[in-house]
Amino acid sequence: MQDKNSSNTTNFSSNSNATKVQLHINKTTLHLHVMPWVSLLDAIRDHGKLTGTKKGCDHGQCGACTVICDGKRILSCLTLAVMKDCSEITTIEGIANGEVLHPLQTAFIEHDAFQCGYCTPGQICSAIAMLEEGKADTRDEVKEQMSGNLCRCGANTNIIDAIMEFKDKRNE
Amino acid sequence: MNNFTYQKVSNPNDALNKISKNNAANFIAGGTNLIDLWKYNLAHPKTLVDINGLNDYKIIKEDEHGGLFLGALATNSDTAYHKLVEERYPLLSKAILAGASAQIRNSASNGGNLLQRTRCYYFYDASSPCNKRNPGSGCPAKNGLNRIHAILGTSEDCIAVFPSDMCIALAALEAVVHVKSPDGEREIEFSNFHRLPGDTPELDNNLKVNELITGISLPSEGFAENYSYLKLRDRNSYAFALVSVATGMVLENNKITKIRIALGGIAHKPWRVVAAEEFLVDKSPTEENFASAANMILKGAKGFGKNDFKIELSKRAIVRNCIMALHPESQRPGAQPSL
Ligand SMILES: Cc1cc2nc3c(=O)[nH]c(=O)nc-3n(C[C@H](O)[C@H](O)[C@H](O)COP(=O)(O)OP(=O)(O)OC[C@H]3O[C@@H](n4cnc5c(N)ncnc54)[C@H](O)[C@@H]3O)c2cc1C
Ligand code: FES
Ligand code: FES
Repeated sequence: MQDKNSSNTTNFSSNSNATKVQLHINKTTLHLHVMPWVSLLDAIRDHGKLTGTKKGCDHGQCGACTVICDGKRILSCLTLAVMKDCSEITTIEGIANGEVLHPLQTAFIEHDAFQCGYCTPGQICSAIAMLEEGKADTRDEVKEQMSGNLCRCGANTNIIDAIMEFKDKRNE
Repeated sequence: MNNFTYQKVSNPNDALNKISKNNAANFIAGGTNLIDLWKYNLAHPKTLVDINGLNDYKIIKEDEHGGLFLGALATNSDTAYHKLVEERYPLLSKAILAGASAQIRNSASNGGNLLQRTRCYYFYDASSPCNKRNPGSGCPAKNGLNRIHAILGTSEDCIAVFPSDMCIALAALEAVVHVKSPDGEREIEFSNFHRLPGDTPELDNNLKVNELITGISLPSEGFAENYSYLKLRDRNSYAFALVSVATGMVLENNKITKIRIALGGIAHKPWRVVAAEEFLVDKSPTEENFASAANMILKGAKGFGKNDFKIELSKRAIVRNCIMALHPESQRPGAQPSL
């Protein structure tokens, strides 16, 4: 994980087409030089060295690459880093409070909401943003709103259990 | 995947200039379709012109005709959850929310949704022939895997389907698309926006190169009392429609005074049959009447083997959805069947 408040510059290309991009990821500013075709996902993982965000399909079909960008959950594989210049981004590395897990992370552990864990960073970022959106109340609505995050291990029922528990506790 | 250059624009004339000077330039909005196509080596932009800075086209506002203007760069989510859309055009809201996933809807723009390309497997496979992608190369879908393909309006050259959900509601609402080019501005009625494949399947719609979509306007009638969107697919969510139906109707004394029925997942454009809608006027909203209309709508439908089931499924979906429209409160998340 990165040292908070540190500023980090990468220069992955000597090519003059490389564009300067600033990404404010998990409250740290990254100054990158990226080629225009670098996806936000690759910028976060390869340039930002934050490998918590996963690449599942790279085509918008699985949700593993979900990050929260300017308050909205989006797929980082279907957007370019240059399009998100100056954006505020939260990845799974920014969810816990230091060593203290976010209550949704705890709920995932308690409900056995993963097997391999590959989809988990996307599931958690997606669920946190979903609850901020405030459009899902019932279990059916939560399932529908979380359908953009696939789980190949089939932990879906437990994932929804974990989210529902966190949601209900939050509302208490 | 090819390399490209990238530019941001903040005014429409600048955007149009950049496109018209460079015929390998593409606008990019949400990027959720274009980036995917580029990664599959199906789109080869030399320059991307990022139009997300065109703030005038992000707005949603009431217009002077009592309708609603939806900016081309407003996101699908912001449109679906906009208070006026939810209140006055709930059919549109439900259709948008039945499409893609929350993450994709947060990025996807209204203009981009209209221009999304087909999901035909052969179109998506750069190594396969496809008349839409490579005119003259042939259409393997006709005798191949065609479960998701069209049953109406097909041609010898193409049986691809236009996959949008949002556009099915826009067709039922009789929206108008606003476009701007270096020559000026024009409006395109929704029924004339998308097109049938004919012998030029490479053209999905009637937008000209060098035209920028600025927005979509909705007429004042939003069918807020009686409406329903039904989407049938292989899994309950995050999948494209096999068949979808948008119905909006106005009832007086239990007689239909106005009805619009548009179908998705079955043709190269949102499918409407005006004669069937006219047939229903002054009739009671019964299963029998809707079934007669459904037969009229599916007239001439033709399957290609693996999609034959869509003919009967479409008829039943029409009847079911028109009945659901009598009880819009019964709508379920993801536009699943209810009642
Ligand atoms: C996994 C997946 C599942 C999906 N499921 C569904 C679904 O179930 N239902 C559904 O309806 N959709 C679905 N979609 C498609 C999604 O709705 C579209 O990708 C999206 O609406 C496109 O909008 P965009 O702004 O991202 O377009 P972009 O990718 O930015 O652009 C698409 C095209 O439109 C052009 N363009 C964009 N804006 C303008 C403009 N203002 N004027 C002129 N040209 C413009 C671009 O040049 C490009 O050619 C799905 C997509 C994915 C990846
Ligand atoms: S990696 Fe982005 S959706 Fe699968
Ligand atoms: S835990 Fe393995 S993919 Fe979800």
